[in-house]
Amino acid sequence: MSKLTLKTEGDTHVVVVRHFAATPEAVFRAHTEPALIQKWLLGPEGWTMPVCINEARPGGKIRYEWSNGQGGGFHITGEFIEVVPFSRLVHVERMHLPDPTPDNHVETNFAPDGAGTLMTMRMTLPDAAARAAMLSSGMEQGMEASYVRLESFINSFPRA
Amino acid sequence: MPNLDAAFSALADPTRRAILARLALGEATVMELAKPFEITQPAISRHLKVLEGAGLIVRRVEGTKRPCRLAPKAVAEIDQWLGMLRQTLTANYNRLDDVLAEMKTKE
Repeated sequence: MSKLTLKTEGDTHVVVVRHFAATPEAVFRAHTEPALIQKWLLGPEGWTMPVCINEARPGGKIRYEWSNGQGGGFHITGEFIEVVPFSRLVHVERMHLPDPTPDNHVETNFAPDGAGTLMTMRMTLPDAAARAAMLSSGMEQGMEASYVRLESFINSFPRA
Repeated sequence: MPNLDAAFSALADPTRRAILARLALGEATVMELAKPFEITQPAISRHLKVLEGAGLIVRRVEGTKRPCRLAPKAVAEIDQWLGMLRQTLTANYNRLDDVLAEMKTKE
């Protein structure tokens, strides 16, 4: 069951909406406290985040480093623009692959929704090309995860 | 069965992906496609030839113009990009659900 909606809007936006069965305060904390972020913001199976810097205040820095445990990895850097405890985060981020990708401007809102929280994340890329590149980097990660699963499936067969 | 290798190598170029993103909004002429990019019409035409060869776009003749639009397969490809990102985010947020449940029991 997927509660996630992800859609493109206009030429440059991507909007993600997700409901959580927890208060806005808890969801906000899970987005700003490194010890919590490192437990979930990991992407495909097998990836970890050994470095997590999140200074949730205007002008504060963001640095997330991911590793696949086999020498592969990449990192993002960013800066906070606006921080409204437990309801709103605005930041810019870029991936280093290793060349930096165009800045992704991200607004994340946490609104009470029944007993839980509705999170709306609106990403704005500088142009259509940058958005297509960002979406396709998601594809590469997803494909990598599929290949890893395929590999372990193949390796589970006894050798002849 | 369209050539998958040709489709993937056509999709590997950021300008061609941007052209597809523009065509997702509807049919366009070479002139209209060249406008948002800082490249010449002949360069756009070369990209279009690659996309057409890969079966991602189709073109029709209208007087001297040859407007292009997405082939149905290209729509599926673009949806697949979104699907992969969706898959990554879904995995992340399912883990976040567990983190939030853990935070609740600790309170």
